[in-house]
Order: sequence, then C-alpha cells, then structure tokens
Amino acid sequence: MFFQRSIFTEGVRACMPVLLGVVPFGVITGVAMVASGIPPLAAMLMSIFVFAGASMVASAQLLASHAPALLVVLTAAIINLRFMMYSASLRLHFAHAPLRWRLLIGYLTADNVYGLMLQRFAGTADEHGKLSYFLGAGIPVWLAWQAAVFAGVAIGAGVPAAWRLEFAAPLAFIAMSVPLLRDRAMAAAALAAGIGVVAAHALPLKLSVLLAAVVGIGTGMVFEVKDK
Amino acid sequence: MNLWYTIAGMAGVTYLLRASFLLLPSGVETPPPLKRALRYVPAAVLTAIWAPELALQDGVLALSPHNERLLAGAVAIAVAWRFRLTFATIVSGLLALHFFDWLL
Repeated sequence: MFFQRSIFTEGVRACMPVLLGVVPFGVITGVAMVASGIPPLAAMLMSIFVFAGASMVASAQLLASHAPALLVVLTAAIINLRFMMYSASLRLHFAHAPLRWRLLIGYLTADNVYGLMLQRFAGTADEHGKLSYFLGAGIPVWLAWQAAVFAGVAIGAGVPAAWRLEFAAPLAFIAMSVPLLRDRAMAAAALAAGIGVVAAHALPLKLSVLLAAVVGIGTGMVFEVKDK
Repeated sequence: MNLWYTIAGMAGVTYLLRASFLLLPSGVETPPPLKRALRYVPAAVLTAIWAPELALQDGVLALSPHNERLLAGAVAIAVAWRFRLTFATIVSGLLALHFFDWLL
C-alpha cells in the first residue's frame, strides 16, 4: 500500500548527485570530531544518534575548548532549528502517515533529502508515492553519511594539514544556503544574518549564531511585508 | 562524562526539532506567523555558520584582498549560485583557496 518500488528507485536515483556533497562533508565531520579529541567510538555514536553534520562540527570545536555540556547542546539546538522548519513543511505531505513512519521520517530528515522532496512534490497531491520517494532518497543519504563519517574518523589525523580540508565545512554550508536565496526577502535574511554573526562574533559560546538567526529571520519577514 | 551528556543532549534536542511538527495530531494547524518565521531559518542559520569562516582571520574582521578564505569563498558562492551543485562548490572553493594561497 505505502511502498511503491518504482518511486523508491526514483528517489534513489535523485539522491545520487547529492551524495557527491554528502560524502566529503561527512569525511570532514569525522576528521573534525577526532581532531578535537572525541574518541572514535563516541564520534560514531554521535554521528548515528545526532545525524546532523553542522551541529557536530560546531560541537567538536566547543568540546575542544572545554565548553560545558549544556552550552554545546544549546548551540546544537540553534544550528538545528532549521529542522523544525523542515518538519513543519514535511507535515503537509505526511500528516496522515502512520506514526511509526513519521518517527522514521523525522530521523531521516536532512537538508538535502528535504530539498529533493520539495523539488519533486511541490504542488502535487499524490499521497502514496511520497513516502517511497522520501525513503528512496533518505536511506542512501543516511548510509553514505555514516560511511563517510566512519572514513573520516578512521583517517583522523592522517589528513595532511596542508590540504586545508577544514575549509570544506564552510564550503558545504555555502552550497546548501546560496541556492535558497531565490527572492529578495530570503537574500535579505541571509545577508542580515551574515552581517549579524560577524558583528557579534566576540560574544562567547557561539551566541552570535543565535543572535544572527533572530536578526536574519526578522529582516526576512520585514522584507516579505515590504515586497507585497 | 561531559561528552556522553553532550551527545545524549544533542541527540534528544535534534530529534525533537526534526520530528516536532510531524508528531502533532493531524487536526492541529501550524500558526501562520510561526510558519512565516520558520521559512527564513535555513537561509539565516546556514549563512551564520559559514560567514565568520570567511570574514574573520584569527577572530579579527578581515575584509581585505589578502584574506584568501574570503576570496575562495566568493568563488564558491558564485559557483553555488550558478550551478547549485554541492560537489562543484566544495571542489571549486578548495581549489580557489590553494590558488589564492599560492598567489598571495
């Protein structure tokens, strides 16, 4: 009833180009965690249970500077706030799916998988294919991510510093955020957040990210009203 | 010990954020103002993550042509804007970083 093999396969195919971005980011995340002193087993457990690269890189930096657990968790919450937006949006597609599937969808939601879902089903109403497509895209992304983090953890300090691979982490975020800037309000939100975070960079414990998020969201909403 | 609390806390918070709206009963509507605000969260938060990595050098604002991360980032932004491909963005940004590093 729910599972449609052809649409699952379509999801698998659609996520293949995305893996080209997921894999290097996963490797970097693994390397960053081990480099900041997280033991390999803990790094893998974090990857499986948290499954959110941006917050893992940030937490690795904070843990290396001996920040208290509560503050690391708070920072992760701010960085991962965007998943709340994804869940609000995915709810439009999956509100009537059985709870056990919604629990799984929540776990598998990643930036790229959400993006693929949005591209494929924006404005279409065919209920049943959506879950198959989501799983078709989400499962390979999950597997590739975990394998890539494992590789990164295994390589660890083996990557020569001269390669400057650490720069790939901000590059991965550029790749995720820049294509979102399709209208003036969205661009204004990003620009305000960018200026805000740099202006507030001296604040302790990445509070600058929280402040920038608030400033960015507010600016976006103001421009949205102006543009109407 | 601190590490395990951190991992458990991050896992719990992240899962709750991810599942949040998916777990609400199907009759409940998302308040429109919250929906509008959430629309801007990804662009704002993702930008706030990478902007300091480009604009700051050792914690000091460095908007100068001597900042190779800023220059390489600009190349990556252009590639991301034009092609919308993650892999191309990462590769072009890393190559640009090494190029500007060598040039400067």
